[in-house]
Amino acid sequence: MTGSSVSLEGARRIVRRGLGLSAVGVAGLAGVYLLALNFTPVEARQGLAQKIFYVHVPAAWSALLAFSLVGIASMLYLWLQDPRLDRFAAASAEVGVAFSGVMLTTGPIWARPIWGTWWTWDARLTLTLFLFFLFVGYLALRAAVHDPVERARFSAVVGILGMLLVPFIHLSVYLFRTLHPQPIVLKPSAPSLPPEMLRTLLISTAVFTLIYLGFVTARYGLALAEEIREEGRDAG
Amino acid sequence: MLSALRLALAIAAKDIRAELRSKTALLSALVFAALVLVVFNFARDPTILSPADLAPSVLWVTFALAAMLALNRAFTIERENAALDGLLLAPVPREALFLGKLVANLAFVGTVELVTLPLFTLFFGVSLWEVLPGIIAVTALATIGFVAVGTIFSAMAVRTRFAELMLPVLLLPFMVPPLIGAVQVTSRLLAGRPLSEMLGWLRLLALYDIVFVTLCTLAFAAVVDE
Amino acid sequence: MPSHDGSSLLEARGLYHRFGRARVLHGLDLTLAPGEALAVTGPNGAGKTTLLRILAGLMRPSAGEVRVMGRPLARGDHQARRDIGLLTHQSLLYDDLTLLENLTFAARLYQLDRPGEAARAALERAGLWERADELPRRLSRGLLQRAAIARALLHTPKVLLLDEPFTALDAPAAARLRSELQSGLAQGSGLVLVTHHLAEAWALASRVAVLVGGRWVVDEPRTGSIEAFLPRYPGLIGA
Repeated sequence: MTGSSVSLEGARRIVRRGLGLSAVGVAGLAGVYLLALNFTPVEARQGLAQKIFYVHVPAAWSALLAFSLVGIASMLYLWLQDPRLDRFAAASAEVGVAFSGVMLTTGPIWARPIWGTWWTWDARLTLTLFLFFLFVGYLALRAAVHDPVERARFSAVVGILGMLLVPFIHLSVYLFRTLHPQPIVLKPSAPSLPPEMLRTLLISTAVFTLIYLGFVTARYGLALAEEIREEGRDAG
Repeated sequence: MLSALRLALAIAAKDIRAELRSKTALLSALVFAALVLVVFNFARDPTILSPADLAPSVLWVTFALAAMLALNRAFTIERENAALDGLLLAPVPREALFLGKLVANLAFVGTVELVTLPLFTLFFGVSLWEVLPGIIAVTALATIGFVAVGTIFSAMAVRTRFAELMLPVLLLPFMVPPLIGAVQVTSRLLAGRPLSEMLGWLRLLALYDIVFVTLCTLAFAAVVDE
Repeated sequence: MPSHDGSSLLEARGLYHRFGRARVLHGLDLTLAPGEALAVTGPNGAGKTTLLRILAGLMRPSAGEVRVMGRPLARGDHQARRDIGLLTHQSLLYDDLTLLENLTFAARLYQLDRPGEAARAALERAGLWERADELPRRLSRGLLQRAAIARALLHTPKVLLLDEPFTALDAPAAARLRSELQSGLAQGSGLVLVTHHLAEAWALASRVAVLVGGRWVVDEPRTGSIEAFLPRYPGLIGA
């Protein structure tokens, strides 16, 4: 039993909704691109290069959101035992690994010509790197466990533990950096952002969240459709 | 509550007794740790980097790798003759089962660490004697944290096909905060820095231990009960 | 299954279970009264082992409830497990501990008074005291099974669940086991015995049940001879 009485057509509807949402989000992304380049002031010290900030910060935020939702869904799953929560957590993890993976690859590719270095251990990149590894571990475990209920239980435990690790990573990096100051190459989002920059950042964050929701919905629908199809095959 | 603790100790004692009889895993882990130290020695250029600079990192990477090898043992032995069923059949709270395994794992990893320390002094010429109490304290604090997480992860990993790969993939991110803290404190200890410089890290280690030992104890039932 | 109120040793209601997408048990009920010996048989894949593991509390059913001596076998309540014993092909023994150490540990798990003595008594009853300091891997299969039986019965469980218990035993050992089970039954314990070879369990059983496709197709008191029983259900079970 998939834990829901949804038919294959219902699952396909979920996928379509998700893809629709993602399409709106991606269109929004094009809008953000325009906004960032043409309608937002250039930052004095870092110049044009700073504009990647409007993509990187929301991307990192989306990865963090994805992981937090994996953690919350995991806690709820252990409490309620609802397979839909497990399916959602898996979908969120897959989207999260994609977001963090893209951010980790575009970051260095963009940083190298601008700052002359491939990698920096700044807070945002480091955290995203850890999220990436946590996602990978989560998905690797899921791939290695075949019984669906056992897989859901195990993933839930890893999800919860991982969610609680994030503040410790943050704390460790913070402690490390205050004692070993490193050149700040990417100015963190300080509260003293001029209103146009803040506006672009917030719009970009909203767009990324939309893309996240769209992708997760579509992935969820696909997973559900897959399960229904396999059940039909077993029963028939 | 008291009976639960007694059960946990009985389980730990059983694991320790079994290991003392066979000794294979313990001796292998000790030899492994010694070999890692040897590799580290040859992997650096002594004219460029002094032993003292590298000492904390070498020590802690060695501990981390040896622990990773040792951790799967606790639940692999329970797969023989379905012994884990015997534990789960009995009226043993799963939290007690976890704590028993944790104590046994700590005894095992602790023994490896205790033997590695003098070897380290021998191979690298870095004296730990003056700051030994501090070294032991920080070793204990950091080890408790990552062994707790390692114990619950190994319970899951041994049920997969590639347990030796699955455990590191899951565990390594969790080892980073204790490792960072341990290396920072160890290097300050060796440099004779005052305690005030280490307090932040020690607090981090202690908080990590409290959070994760509690969490893993509570989550264990979800892992081990079908 | 007839229901006995309150005095049942073991009571299961509405057991459903699925593995992934495969449905294994379909709403099973089961009751065991004191002194009752239920023999369960059926074709492979009928769900017998799953049923046994659920009754033992090793597996949580997808739906349904199990009660032992009136106490539910729910997560978090472990006291009900005191009254359950399980005997399968696995000995549940540790290869690096002697028989005595193994049984003493098991006695501690069940929080018996004076675990060492309980272990010694169990080994003596099983005729294994001379081998108390041996490791399980040095024992022959028959002796190992005897040790496994000693471990399973150590805490004198009221409900004994057995999976093909006579398989590895020679005739004297099988007779020994039968008499031990009989004396337990006489003292008010109950047992559920899963087997492919109904003939082995026939004399011991007071009820016979047949599980096919996760459902009971036969459930009746054991009367008469097995030769009279089998023809009534042709092709269903082997003897």
